[in-house]
Amino acid sequence: MSNEATTLHAHDAHAHMDSHGHAHAHGHEHHEQHFITKWIFSQDHKVIAKQYLISGIIWAIIGALFSVFFRLQLGFPDSTFPIMEKFLGHWAQGGKLTPEFYYALVTMHGTILVFFVLTAGLSGTFSNFLIPLQIGARDMASPFMNMLSYWFFFISSVIMFASLFVQTGPAAGGWTTYPPLSALKEASLGSGLGMDLWLISMALFVVSQLLAGLNYITTILNMRTKGMKMTRLPLTIWALFFTAVLGVLSFPVLLSGFVLLIFDRHFGTSFYLSEIFIGGKALSHIGGSAVLYQHLFWFLGHPEVYIVMLPGMGMASEILSTNSRKPIFGYLAMIISLTGITVLAFVVWAHHMFVTGMSPFLGGIFVLLTLLIAIPSAIKVFNWLTTIWKGNIRLNVPMLFALGFVSLFISGGLTGIFLGNSALDLHLHDTYFVIAHFHLVMGVSAFFGMFAGIYHWFPKMFGRFMNNTLGYIHFFVTLGGAYLIFWPMHYEGFAGMPRRYYDYSAWESFKQFSTLNHFISTVVIIVFFAQLLFVFNFFMSIFKGRKVTSLNPWGSTTLEWTTPLHPGHGNWEGEIPTVYRWPYDFKEDGNGNDFIPQTVPLRDGEEEH
Amino acid sequence: MSGLIVTALVILVFIVIYQIAKASELATIIRGEENVKSQTNRLMAWLMVAFFVLGMIGIWKCHEALIGKMLPESASVQGDHYDSMLIVTLILTGFVFFVTQALLFWFIFRYQQTEHSKAFFYSHNNKLEVLWTTVPALALVVLVVIGLRNWFNVTDKAPEGSMLVQVMGKQFNWLIRYPGADGILGKTDFRLMDDATNVMGLDTNDIAAKDDIIVQNGELHIVKQHNVQLVINSRDVIHDVGLPHFRMKMDAVPGITTTMWFTPKFTTDEMKNKTGNPDFVYEISCDQMCGKGHYSMRGTVIVQTENEFKEWLSKQPAYYTGMLPAPPAAPAGAAPATADTTGAGAVTMAH
Repeated sequence: MSNEATTLHAHDAHAHMDSHGHAHAHGHEHHEQHFITKWIFSQDHKVIAKQYLISGIIWAIIGALFSVFFRLQLGFPDSTFPIMEKFLGHWAQGGKLTPEFYYALVTMHGTILVFFVLTAGLSGTFSNFLIPLQIGARDMASPFMNMLSYWFFFISSVIMFASLFVQTGPAAGGWTTYPPLSALKEASLGSGLGMDLWLISMALFVVSQLLAGLNYITTILNMRTKGMKMTRLPLTIWALFFTAVLGVLSFPVLLSGFVLLIFDRHFGTSFYLSEIFIGGKALSHIGGSAVLYQHLFWFLGHPEVYIVMLPGMGMASEILSTNSRKPIFGYLAMIISLTGITVLAFVVWAHHMFVTGMSPFLGGIFVLLTLLIAIPSAIKVFNWLTTIWKGNIRLNVPMLFALGFVSLFISGGLTGIFLGNSALDLHLHDTYFVIAHFHLVMGVSAFFGMFAGIYHWFPKMFGRFMNNTLGYIHFFVTLGGAYLIFWPMHYEGFAGMPRRYYDYSAWESFKQFSTLNHFISTVVIIVFFAQLLFVFNFFMSIFKGRKVTSLNPWGSTTLEWTTPLHPGHGNWEGEIPTVYRWPYDFKEDGNGNDFIPQTVPLRDGEEEH
Repeated sequence: MSGLIVTALVILVFIVIYQIAKASELATIIRGEENVKSQTNRLMAWLMVAFFVLGMIGIWKCHEALIGKMLPESASVQGDHYDSMLIVTLILTGFVFFVTQALLFWFIFRYQQTEHSKAFFYSHNNKLEVLWTTVPALALVVLVVIGLRNWFNVTDKAPEGSMLVQVMGKQFNWLIRYPGADGILGKTDFRLMDDATNVMGLDTNDIAAKDDIIVQNGELHIVKQHNVQLVINSRDVIHDVGLPHFRMKMDAVPGITTTMWFTPKFTTDEMKNKTGNPDFVYEISCDQMCGKGHYSMRGTVIVQTENEFKEWLSKQPAYYTGMLPAPPAAPAGAAPATADTTGAGAVTMAH
């Protein structure tokens, strides 16, 4: 391996990674059986986790780049950017984005980040990595199914990526792809082949998530080590467990919605279509309901928000507790609130549909249920605050991200109270207020949970630390940037500025925000580069990071830190340790340590938590 | 080429930053890890405090800069209730926001790890937890009560005597239909639609349809202090009638009819005076993604006095009169002046 520290080198290195504990989907130049089974078609949950993580990072770069492109259009509607033509070809002729492709970019940005990054990349990575390690299992219940789940995701990714290059462009009807817009070729360029590929890709994605989710649930329920009662599970595992439950119960509904949409598109059915006159002619479809799709979509769509949020909640709990050297406050309350969120997540979906003309009575019920879900969320926030209260706080990079997670979750969560109240949603629906709300709460906040997790478990994943200084820069630029970008958007939303507009300059009511849009776009570009800094740090640290020398660098109580520095397939050499206590025993152990690992038996007369 | 240079430059900058970062890490080891760790910890705690203070200043500055760009006073009676509810919600959530964020950042600073600091083992307290379950619950009950009261008010049946107007969305403009003298919107059928002669598919066998007036320039004329009920649907994909000045919004869905009603408070002219903006206009924005022209799907609402409205209405011909002499199908390219369909419709109406 050469000594030059360049990104090119990092790419090169993919081909030589045998000795470095890192697998990459594209590294298939090597065909020795050994290499392929170890790094490509691996059944080791730790390798699969890394595959998910690296795929997620690649998708995140693409998705973020798309947002830079459309923010250029929004911030500088009168300028041209020749560099965009290099990337997008005729979709940005002369450096000016076309409206069609603007909508395609918005759609793909949403799809990529919600599904490929914050679902697959987030829970895919950490469920795979942490479940066996933290419950004390050698691998998943079905390692083979686990491998399949990654490869379904991979094929789904390839198809989605390919859809970017079809002549009529990728899907362009928004990430929610409401019919009839998404059902009729006449309605939009993006509703052509691009939409078919989108649907196929998403169907495979659902398959991948189901395979993964069933495996996670089974593993957690059946494969815990001796002594690992459910009430001794770390909160990460509880959160990942409920994430999987949400996915398994709601993704099939989404799939059914997609299947019906495919039927409407190609086989002449009218599930979603009725009384449509388009392209100069009346269609024969009659009797369908466009709103039906929205019900099916949001029946997943809302739980999806929690699929994105829960892993971050779990990891933040773990990291806050570890770095405050203090048990998580209200362990049981945290589990109960997670349960509450999971149950309620299934009965709030129609709050996305208050202005579809649904029955006002039903709307009222959904207001009630939606605001109810604020209660468990509030409990979690207060418990996190009490966890760090009177702690002994170490402000390392993962801890900062976990604290940032809490801050962003508060900011983004509170605005949910506006949108969940139908009477207020009447004006705010589909404005920038919504953009600000969900980006803070399930976009940036979930990302902060993910970053916290990556910085925290990187030593376990790769046997090295990520660079601290870069981590600190990454943290402050991202946190500051997130607020600078999304805070002012609330104002645009109060002013009624609709989302998904390509240009506001012709609107008397919204054009006064052009300076603000300009400002926001500038910050977006800066934040984007800060994320590249993270990516750079990530890949460089895999090969060049400071080596981990102690087994338990953070002083954690959980089982993953009892494995060898570079755990092989099977995780523990010799027997799997037995668990004797709950995962947050941050108290004097009598030998000068301020924590007692789960594997230490209770002392005489010591009462279990 | 320039792209390549930029990329190279970015990579170079990254390498430089990385090398500096790396060097600082090495320095850490030389200067003694524990020592540096505690210094960094103190620095980060200060930075977090700085972040909080700057953030609060930023919030204030942002407010100052943007408050003048908000919507004017609500132009509908219902919007007044909306605004007061918004203020209540803002105050309540704003309070929670400031308290929790302040606690978060204060705790970070106050309880940072120092040489002799110790954590306080505190794993749960049922009383506290019950407290912060019930207090938010009660606050939410207040919001739900206000919310549902407003919600059921605006979604209730439109009062007797409301003016009836149909708004139909199509890619990418709005068609407005008035019922004419009989006050009844005549039957329509999407199979009768035709971009040149029958844009909304009027069923001319229905006597009620014959005096219906269709406005194709996206102007919705309504009367001050007179309840108006909009009957909303769509010809093609889902649109949404967004009326920010009236604090109202409703989807336009093909095959489904939705409604919305409100009471306009100020005429457009009055609002021009109020805002001091001679270009002021009530706008209808499409708030549901509907295709490439979504951002340009703009309509306007003209609020007039009773007399102004009557005068305007009397000048609008019934759409049916324009349909009667069915124009012979013009060969392509024969009428270059009426290339777009809206223009063609307007011409037929003028006959």
